Amino acid sequence: MENQATYNYHVVRQFSIMTVIWGIVGMLVGVICAAQMYWPELNIGPYLHFGRLRPLHTNAVIFAFGGCALFATSYYVVQRTCNTRLFCDKLAAFTFWGWQLVIVLAAITLPLGFTSGKEYAELEWPIDILITIVWVAYAVVFFGTIAKRKVQHIYVANWFFAAFILAVALLHIVNSLAVPVTLTKSYSVYAGAVDAMVQWWYGHNAVGFFLTAAFLGMMYYFVPKQAGRPVYSYRLSVVHFWALIFTYMWAGPHHLHYTALPDWTQSLGMVFSLILLAPSWGGMINGIMTLSGAWHKLRSDPILKFLITALSFYGMSTFEGPMMSIKTVNALSHYTDWTVGHVHSGALGWVAMVSIGSIYYLIPRLFNREQMHSIKLIEAHFWLATVGVVLYIASMWIAGVTQGLMWRAVNADGTLMYAFIDAVKASYPYYLIRFLGGAIFLSGMFLMLYNVLRTAFDGKAVDAQIPAIAAHAH
Amino acid sequence: MDFTSGFWPVYILVMVVLSLAFVLVVLVTQTKMKIKKGEKVEVTGHKWDGDLEEYNNPLPGWWVVMFYMTIIFAIGYLFMYPGSGVSQGKFGWSSQGQHAKEMAEANKQFGPIYAEFGKTPIPELAKNEKAEILGKRLFMTYCIQCHGADARGAKGYPNLTDTTWLWGGSPEKITETIANGRVNQMPAFGAILGEEKVRDVANYVLKISGNKFNEARATRGEVIFKTAQPLACASCHGAEGKGNPESGIPNLTDKDWLFDVSESTIVETITNGRQNQMPAWKEFLGDDKVHLLAAYVYGLNAKQDK
Repeated sequence: MENQATYNYHVVRQFSIMTVIWGIVGMLVGVICAAQMYWPELNIGPYLHFGRLRPLHTNAVIFAFGGCALFATSYYVVQRTCNTRLFCDKLAAFTFWGWQLVIVLAAITLPLGFTSGKEYAELEWPIDILITIVWVAYAVVFFGTIAKRKVQHIYVANWFFAAFILAVALLHIVNSLAVPVTLTKSYSVYAGAVDAMVQWWYGHNAVGFFLTAAFLGMMYYFVPKQAGRPVYSYRLSVVHFWALIFTYMWAGPHHLHYTALPDWTQSLGMVFSLILLAPSWGGMINGIMTLSGAWHKLRSDPILKFLITALSFYGMSTFEGPMMSIKTVNALSHYTDWTVGHVHSGALGWVAMVSIGSIYYLIPRLFNREQMHSIKLIEAHFWLATVGVVLYIASMWIAGVTQGLMWRAVNADGTLMYAFIDAVKASYPYYLIRFLGGAIFLSGMFLMLYNVLRTAFDGKAVDAQIPAIAAHAH
Repeated sequence: MDFTSGFWPVYILVMVVLSLAFVLVVLVTQTKMKIKKGEKVEVTGHKWDGDLEEYNNPLPGWWVVMFYMTIIFAIGYLFMYPGSGVSQGKFGWSSQGQHAKEMAEANKQFGPIYAEFGKTPIPELAKNEKAEILGKRLFMTYCIQCHGADARGAKGYPNLTDTTWLWGGSPEKITETIANGRVNQMPAFGAILGEEKVRDVANYVLKISGNKFNEARATRGEVIFKTAQPLACASCHGAEGKGNPESGIPNLTDKDWLFDVSESTIVETITNGRQNQMPAWKEFLGDDKVHLLAAYVYGLNAKQDK
């Protein structure tokens, strides 16, 4: 029903359900990749080989699972905090179907081997153009809604969503500039060290704006809502927002320490990564301290557990990141599984957990139910997710540090103490633990799917009425 | 748009200074507000979506201190180390400089260990246990990526444990191979001969190497092998196909094959040619290490002879 008296929950419902579906798909591919690392014979044929499944996994979890979660929550949050229906229902619907098309095209072309070869930006140029079109539509819907808001002040969650939409547009377009050769092949307009620099400017800011800023936007709505408490500090949100925006853009070169990248760019990348620590933690402090006075709720509310645990993992990985960007630490950690562990403490611990918590908050409201079908299943999901992440990152820490130490160990005569294969052998048991951790995390997603579907089928898809603006809102 | 352009370092330096200045201004102005003991923090008065409100707590002190510390560290670091394309930093550090320094130190520290064996002739060195340990470690560091930890090579990478040598197995020849590298090229004949003739030649090669072959094809193949124009196989591999180690031409009549011995692989070799390269190590490792490696490889082979 298109009706200016109600919120547009239709598109939010679509994106919310697809978040769960793509979460399962993306994580399943991840678990398969993990299994291939432990049982190499599972690399079957060219299409299902690790080299092709790995980009499918990263694209699916970041852009399909994470992307749908962000579309769902940003559309929900911007309407509710602006007290107005989403701008242009048709365009919003286009962003849903357009984004699903991008995901399906990715799922087809990546196993077929069509790739631009740029990490986290593997999709070939026709899909890149489609992404750009969908993204511009997203920006129009989002900023259109902000423009017709009925409350004067823009809520903090929307600052983060807005920054994310603008930054991702910039990053995607600049990094994807390429010369098409055929429909399925193109070459980057950049070359050599410049190409590497542009790629990791994109790569790191994809982490910064897609996986950090946007999910902080999510956090700023769902944490205070679920806790029933005001946000801890408006002032802190102002400072850490602007500091984050102004420092993230410079951190990319830490992916290219000790390479052909000029020394001065490496130095800049390192110090700006260090400066990022405080702005990153600002969000964690604001989220966790919002709970002060309501700590007891953590005991009984598994959704809050998801959100607060997500913030803890966020704090941990945003501490770990700056540390790993220090050149001397990076000399040990780079190219090892430590990096893989770090990424997953952010991806599973922060991004996935905050999304899962937010979707559990959303589903009953979107389907006109008091609460999720089963709170106990959410609780079970929480523990499966937590155990899964911990197994994953602990095993990768150990494997990564082991690899780093073995690679640099030298005999008294200056020769290497270990051949490369020795470090692979030493990592082998941890690859099994990583696989188990991932499988456990994935199993929780199946509980979620069941719980979400039961809630949806028991409920009714109803768009909430837009309430009259309260007198004190201004 | 290049790192060699003088514009970008300056532009980026300006942006960096402005960014840091902006962050500092925000930080300084926003830490002015203090809250008196016992006073309660108020909400800002704005309300969204029914019940969303915000307190206006002051910034946590420890967090502000941490923030300042990282900024101070950053400014200090950028003065000490190259932080813009414009200045090399107070320490004059560069990654190339650090590499050169560490290499010089390593050569000073480890050089004598290897120099000790530099004068010993290779056949003698191959029997020296201490030299064998050093040689093996060098091999494990620099050679196994291609030749394998067991030195048995792989398809396209020579097996060093057998008695067949592309470029000769004397101590001098092995040293030469390691020191200066080798480049080997087999031309592509696919376009000249066509598919059928390539298969004929392949069968002749199977015949002279003592493998199963097709009689009719091998008979036709022998003619091509010996007389094809403009370049007969025999002109490099010799009329009997025994090759020539002086120029790295493989002997086609022995049992050892760089690429496997099947009709399809031989057809592939004749059709597309092959290009193989052994890198040169003299510059990188120096004479003493090359000498020890040569002795180790020579020793691998001597063991097989027994």
